[in-house]
Amino acid sequence: MSGFSSLPPALQATIMSAAVLGALIGILAYVTLLERKFAARLQSRIGPYRVGPHGLLQPIADGVKLLLKEDLIPASADRPVFNLAPIVFLVPCLLIFATIPFAPGIGVADLNAGVLFFLAISSLEIVGLFMAGWGSNNKYALLSAMRAVNQIISYDLPFLFSALVPVMLAGSLRLSEIAAAQAGLWFIAYPVIGQLAFLAFVITAVAAENRAPFDILEAESELVAGFRVEYSGMKFAIIQLAEYAHVLGTSFLGALLFLGAWAGPGPAWLGPVWFLFKALFVFLLLTWVRWSFVRIRVDQILRVSWKLMLPATLLLLFATAAVIVWRTPHA
Amino acid sequence: MPDVRAIDYAGSERLTMNMGPQHPSAHGVFRAILTLEGETVVGVDAVIGYLHRCHEKLAETLAYVQYPTIASKTDYVAAMSSELAYVMAAEQIAKVEVPKRAQYLRVLVGELQRIASHCLWLGTWCMDMGGALGGGATIFLYCIRERELVLDLFEALVGARLLYGFHQVGGVRYDLPEGWTDLCRRTIDLIDSRVDEYEHMLADNPFFDMRTKGVGVISRELAQDVGISGPLLRGSGVDFDLRRAYPYSSYEDFEFRVPVETAGDCYARYHVRMVEFRQSARIVRQVLDGLPEGPISSRPGVKSLAQVKVPKGEAYARVEGPRGEVGCYLVADGSNKPYRMKWRGASFSNLSVLPHILVGASVADVVAIMGSVDPVFGEVDR
Repeated sequence: MSGFSSLPPALQATIMSAAVLGALIGILAYVTLLERKFAARLQSRIGPYRVGPHGLLQPIADGVKLLLKEDLIPASADRPVFNLAPIVFLVPCLLIFATIPFAPGIGVADLNAGVLFFLAISSLEIVGLFMAGWGSNNKYALLSAMRAVNQIISYDLPFLFSALVPVMLAGSLRLSEIAAAQAGLWFIAYPVIGQLAFLAFVITAVAAENRAPFDILEAESELVAGFRVEYSGMKFAIIQLAEYAHVLGTSFLGALLFLGAWAGPGPAWLGPVWFLFKALFVFLLLTWVRWSFVRIRVDQILRVSWKLMLPATLLLLFATAAVIVWRTPHA
Repeated sequence: MPDVRAIDYAGSERLTMNMGPQHPSAHGVFRAILTLEGETVVGVDAVIGYLHRCHEKLAETLAYVQYPTIASKTDYVAAMSSELAYVMAAEQIAKVEVPKRAQYLRVLVGELQRIASHCLWLGTWCMDMGGALGGGATIFLYCIRERELVLDLFEALVGARLLYGFHQVGGVRYDLPEGWTDLCRRTIDLIDSRVDEYEHMLADNPFFDMRTKGVGVISRELAQDVGISGPLLRGSGVDFDLRRAYPYSSYEDFEFRVPVETAGDCYARYHVRMVEFRQSARIVRQVLDGLPEGPISSRPGVKSLAQVKVPKGEAYARVEGPRGEVGCYLVADGSNKPYRMKWRGASFSNLSVLPHILVGASVADVVAIMGSVDPVFGEVDR
């Protein structure tokens, strides 16, 4: 570690981001397999089983298949927008990992406004999404893009508010400090407020990730595949990758904000492993919700957001503030 | 209703969106040309005919011993009911007596078919609402698991899983194989418990309530005006079931309840069908308990095409299929083939309600309503 820290900061950041990116792509490939296996078990199926032992090579086979597919561009598509959209979609989804400290001192950039950066960047995915919907020049895609903007605007606020509860409890926006503040007590164990905030976080995360039952923009029973209906081959793969990156990033955030990040039994070097396990736990929680409910309508989703989640999370935020003031010893 | 294809929407806020015939929720090959204002449907043009196979003309060229097998292919999800309608029409003209055991067996397969068909309906409908990548797919796979059990029973009985050719003029073709009764009882008990599971998953689920209650309301008047039948009609408050109103095939021997709901929305139709699951299981148990001994057909087994000749005359036979009234109008000229034949498909008549209830719904509701109508396009287009 001492050799690494003696390198120039620019080189350090480059090496670190390359390492994080490489590890991330590998994890993402297998997160898809995890979800497929998990969903299969939920549905009394076996899931991928044929490619490799227990289907372990399935993600690789999928990747190869998508690489070899013909890359179709519809004749009436807005070509620059259509081609650029997957990249614009992918970049913010990968960028959110920049602020996450995977262990004390290991991370690309430990910003002093980490949570803020994470939430701001994570909302940027909507730009790529709307470009994909618009550029495809397809009515299903257009409707889907319109729904996406609606939904993400509606759910970012309650998502932000529920994420702000741990921030207030820790008294810092820096992610590593929030993690360190949970050394004694994970925020999910914080009486009443912690559990409510985690519940709100999971619900709003499902909605902000556009996963079922809030996946109205994908809504394949009405909009076929929504904004990505015209995409094929590697562009489709990039969109899929970005979506899973976003979900995984949110899972890491959830594990960091509520589940004590890298805290766990065993030696310190096990920290990142614990962190990964906790993130996967949050991921499976989101997956469980996804595969258990029927989708609700766009107007109902908006109603739930503005009339229920927004006031509830706001109230929770005030309650947190009140508790903090009450518990802080007055000078 | 104006022809939505003829309206020029240039410069307006309206959007014409084509759904089908190739669409995940087309339930076969339904095509709806929707006019949207935002997400709200303001106009519907329903197009059918993509699966037309000249069934009625085909029936004129096939002998009475041949066509029951083809009749399965009108409503391929519930093949037993269309077969039964066809042979009943021929039996009415020819005044053929059907032995009691054959009548009971017809009831038995008819009710098992209703269970299998409702399994598919529940699964696909939930998939319409929940998506192939969400909770809907979970329920779909559960339902298909149970449907398979019923199809296994049919396979043991007939040798086929989807299109049977079980009925023939004068009776049925196959008797129950050894051990089938026990297998059937076990399957029915299992399905009964699984239907409880579905209800636990759906009935108290707020998301399911939000998607189904008050959606796609068919008023009692509309239901009677457009001539819908089956669970749709009973979901709209009309207490009519052919099995009880005009019993055929010894239905008068069995006790069952005909569920009626008055709300007329998707949830009411769901509830009617869920009760029908249980009532069908109840009838199956009664058949197995009271199955009389005796011949399974009043005519010898099929040897030649000229074997069954129906005298000159005409008849309309109707049975209560899983989707409603399946009717067969037959004109015979004394030969071994019908002179004319006409199907009254339950799905076809039920589908005619769609343009009335889709207007004003949102795009997401369109698929939920379509699924609750439960059309099978083999029967619509024939």
